[in-house]
Amino acid sequence: MSDMSANIMRRDERQRIALTLNGRERSGHCEPRELLSDFIRHELGATGTHVGCEHGVCGACTVHVDGVAARACLMLAVQADGRRIDTVEGLAPEQTLGDLQQAFQRHHALQCGFCTAGILMSCADYLQRVPNPTEEQVREMLSGHICRCTGYTPIVAAVLDVAARRRTQADTSEVEHA
Amino acid sequence: MKPVAFDYLRAPTTQDALDALAQYGEDARVLAGGQSLMAVLNMRLAQPKMLVDISRTAELSAVRIDEKAGRLVVSAAATQGSVEWRATLAEEVPLLAMAFPHISHFQIRNRGTVCGSIAHADPSAELPLVLSALGGDVMLRSKKKRRTLAAQDFFQGMLMTARQPDELVEAVRFPLRKAGERYAFSEFSARHGDFAIVACAAVVSDDAIRIAVGGVADRPVVESWPRLAGDDLRGALNDLSWKLNAQDDAHISAKYRRNLVRQLGWRVIEEAK
Repeated sequence: MSDMSANIMRRDERQRIALTLNGRERSGHCEPRELLSDFIRHELGATGTHVGCEHGVCGACTVHVDGVAARACLMLAVQADGRRIDTVEGLAPEQTLGDLQQAFQRHHALQCGFCTAGILMSCADYLQRVPNPTEEQVREMLSGHICRCTGYTPIVAAVLDVAARRRTQADTSEVEHA
Repeated sequence: MKPVAFDYLRAPTTQDALDALAQYGEDARVLAGGQSLMAVLNMRLAQPKMLVDISRTAELSAVRIDEKAGRLVVSAAATQGSVEWRATLAEEVPLLAMAFPHISHFQIRNRGTVCGSIAHADPSAELPLVLSALGGDVMLRSKKKRRTLAAQDFFQGMLMTARQPDELVEAVRFPLRKAGERYAFSEFSARHGDFAIVACAAVVSDDAIRIAVGGVADRPVVESWPRLAGDDLRGALNDLSWKLNAQDDAHISAKYRRNLVRQLGWRVIEEAK
């Protein structure tokens, strides 16, 4: 019992937590109740991750936790201690857009852009697992996000386009190495 | 909104989690994937004094086949995604594989746990329905003892279960596919990934039908019939639709729900035949 009690973080105490944000070691302080979404924005200053509904429905705050897409508003910052967190900033490390972002630009897959960061993070995870998705699969994956501008059609087109381009590139490299 | 302040324990071992539950009882909530609980905390519908986080408790993350018991055993911290993306799931527990795409969204299943959904016991949730339809069970553990309850004894009402405040849902067990059994799952919701208005699962063998209905009564309801067909089956489904005591709500009338039970019930049974 004494061991267990020693590990309890008290509600009004700010704890130091350290995590890897987009490949960089970062740390900050938070109370146990602080959401990961708020910690990323307020404590670490990475405001690319947006906060919408704060109950997991809208998808705006989607980030990667150890490479897996998840809602930052449904996770405590203390739960991210020692883990790898990737946000939309990590998709453009050299100040140039990644291929997914370029596809969104080409297809006008955003208007106001509030939902975009979360959608990009979902797509990045999903396309790693399902490199050749059908339109139906893409729409199902996107059902975890709310976009009030685009009507989703250009988003679907952008995701299918980037998936096709990645496959073409993969095929070419296969030939080169053969 | 933000949660009210709480104390927090990241439990290194199951024993630590059980110690905390024994000490804090009803003041504590178990945090596994948090995909229901965190939303509830953010909206301040629950205000626990203590959160016991088992999401990184390594000994609770297993998903394994128990050949002797003929069950897929999913431990408390195992995510829905870790079961859904299991390559052999469709052979092992076909009904579970059919239900997963209906459970919320990919991004939520990545983090949400199977046991968490069972422990939450939302009457319209898919996992309690599948566990009930298959006759699975729930393994509970407190500091003092362990016990295993059949799904139908575990679910006791809307968001209510037989779990005592000092108990952890340590694992749930889904019966593996049985030779001669066929399965089907269907649900109706306003949008893909929303809570089901009505969800139905069927298990059909050469001489029997088992149907489970979620979203209507305060818990999943399972009925077993001989292999009915035609008007007999329609009659049985109609009786079932009335027995569930459907209620009107802001969006859906009781009459509409009864009709969904008849239609989806027919669909899953015919599909599984």
